[in-house]
Amino acid sequence: MTGAETEFPPELDQPRLSVKKPEQRYDKQGEMDDAERLDRAMRGFVHDFGSTAALYMESCVHCGQCAEVCQYYVQTGDPKYTPIWKLEPFKQAYKREIGPFAPFFRLFKLKRRVTVQELEEWQELIYDSCTQCGRCTMVCPMGIDIASLVGLARHGMAAAGLVPHELWATVQRAQREGSPLGATPAVLKDRIAWLEDEHGVEIPLDRSQADVLMTISSIEIMKYPQSIVALARIMGRMGESWTFRSDGYEATNFSMFAGDRQGQREASLKLIEAAIAVGAKTLILPECGHAYQALRWQGANLYGRSLPFQVLQITEYLAEGIRQGRLGLQPLQSSATFHDPCQIVRRGGVNEAPREVLRALGVELREMDEHGAYNWCCGGGGGVVTIHRADPLRYKTYQIKMRQVEDTGAEMLVSSCSNCRQTFDDGQAHFHWDKTAQSLLELVADHLVTEQGNS
Amino acid sequence: MSAETNLLDFARGPALEAALIILVFGIFWRLVGVLALPRTRDLSEPRVRHAWLGGVKTIFTRMWPRREFRPRILHWEAVSYIFHIGLAVVILGLVPHILLIRDITGLSWPGLPDGVITFAAGAALISLLALLAHRVTHPVLRQISNFDDYFSWLLVFTPLLTGLMAYYHLGGRYEDLLGLHMLSAELLLAWLPFSKLAHTVFFLFSRGVTGAVYSRRGARI
Ligand code: SF4
Ligand code: SF4
Repeated sequence: MTGAETEFPPELDQPRLSVKKPEQRYDKQGEMDDAERLDRAMRGFVHDFGSTAALYMESCVHCGQCAEVCQYYVQTGDPKYTPIWKLEPFKQAYKREIGPFAPFFRLFKLKRRVTVQELEEWQELIYDSCTQCGRCTMVCPMGIDIASLVGLARHGMAAAGLVPHELWATVQRAQREGSPLGATPAVLKDRIAWLEDEHGVEIPLDRSQADVLMTISSIEIMKYPQSIVALARIMGRMGESWTFRSDGYEATNFSMFAGDRQGQREASLKLIEAAIAVGAKTLILPECGHAYQALRWQGANLYGRSLPFQVLQITEYLAEGIRQGRLGLQPLQSSATFHDPCQIVRRGGVNEAPREVLRALGVELREMDEHGAYNWCCGGGGGVVTIHRADPLRYKTYQIKMRQVEDTGAEMLVSSCSNCRQTFDDGQAHFHWDKTAQSLLELVADHLVTEQGNS
Repeated sequence: MSAETNLLDFARGPALEAALIILVFGIFWRLVGVLALPRTRDLSEPRVRHAWLGGVKTIFTRMWPRREFRPRILHWEAVSYIFHIGLAVVILGLVPHILLIRDITGLSWPGLPDGVITFAAGAALISLLALLAHRVTHPVLRQISNFDDYFSWLLVFTPLLTGLMAYYHLGGRYEDLLGLHMLSAELLLAWLPFSKLAHTVFFLFSRGVTGAVYSRRGARI
């Protein structure tokens, strides 16, 4: 199928970014018969299947505890949202085709072959109702990392052309234009010129050499351009040699959400090659959770060797600047709670940096009852926020978050992921809620001590 | 008469041998079948060195749920604990069991008093019944349960029950009950490697792997 951008135009005037609500959905892509689709699903699924995934497949004791911590089951009570159940067809396929007893299962016809209809039925469970937040990993007595298995299942689904319409259309656009949401290099260039004018900051683009390659998510380019200004202010204060590059700026990786391995690799390669081209010692990822997951933890593996530069999430960089005394901050007289982006904190390991930054800002930090590695997802991760048909379910899960935030009684809600932020914006509009999620990065940029100040 | 003694002889002799061979070979086969699959080296820059230590730690820390999760799961976790501890006490604390284990492995240790064993067996049986009731009534467990779950339950329940009956000479001749008890336990051993009961071995690996992966990232686990 072609013509994604004309057929499926982006919707940029809503609190969250996606393609316009499709009149006719195409949740099944490509022309092929069922046998081939199934074959592709299985081959896509097993492509990166190693002993770790197999261990997980062998270990489940069907205790059901994972359901009790998953936002979808907790909010609906519907058992189909049990995390391990979301993998059922792939588990069957594993047992029948790969597992140590596969020959017996086949010989005695103990496991049926999975059907395309089942996979279609499971699309909702694999995409619409799993943000790959990893909360279930924290409770499973067998330590099964279900979020990573869902990632493998998505590889199978994408190879078989069974990706939800919006995610697929967004990926088409990302692969064609270099950005999933219309933030093409030309748009970036325009934005930067306009922001430089408007805010009187210097925003280097396409320098040939720099110590730091800065990247940005298209959500920020299109929706939160003030983040770019904030980055420029901070980099200026850090006195760092840095640049954006129009050949490697887009930090989001919607192909990863969709399960398109090749697309994921290409998106990461762009950043890696740009960083190498400018001789960067450090690549900074913006406030975007999955960008961190994609490049920090998966980038080198897709590249095939270790990266010749360090990868930092912007919050880590801010904390470092504060620790070194290079970023002086004016105190902020307020109380705040911090929403932990799953891919940065629970699954990324950046636990302390955001708290360090908030403390340096002098805020009174009021943690949510369950926070850090045990936080509740905003409900928009894993590409879920783009899927229109998932909206009603997403609003249900969002209510957990609203309750958590309200319970803290904090004046401000702060986070460090623009995908969470747009999910918060969208939920806020839907529920007419009075809390707006703020960016930690922007807070820091707005509270830098003035150049001469020594407070 | 002789047929019945034969049952016990069979249970003590060839059946036990066969069950142990299947147990060892089956577990070995399943583990190797999984561990021999390719393992790609993680090329990302680790935040924490010696992450395998985190893996070892997770094997222990995952024994008890985090505070955040307790309100929703602690009660059934507790029942499951009673079952596991009760079963362990019976298997490892009853003198005849210890003698059998000594015959097979050469290892031995002092047994526990009868009262303790009976109490443990009773607690294990009751908690098993409760867990079964939970499985057939809770919507999540009904959804995800399959033949393995129920059959494994039965194969754990039967030796416990026949063991208690033999111990108290209830419902039949001691030799018959003992023979039945041994056979059912042997069936359990032979079934273990092919079923969910293999978690007795697999939990070490699956917890360990996840612990190591998350620790490498500097993430809590
Ligand atoms: S990763 Fe999160 S959303 Fe997905 S099944 Fe687990 S708890 Fe639920
Ligand atoms: S918590 Fe783990 S072992 Fe229990 S049902 Fe879920 S995946 Fe299986």
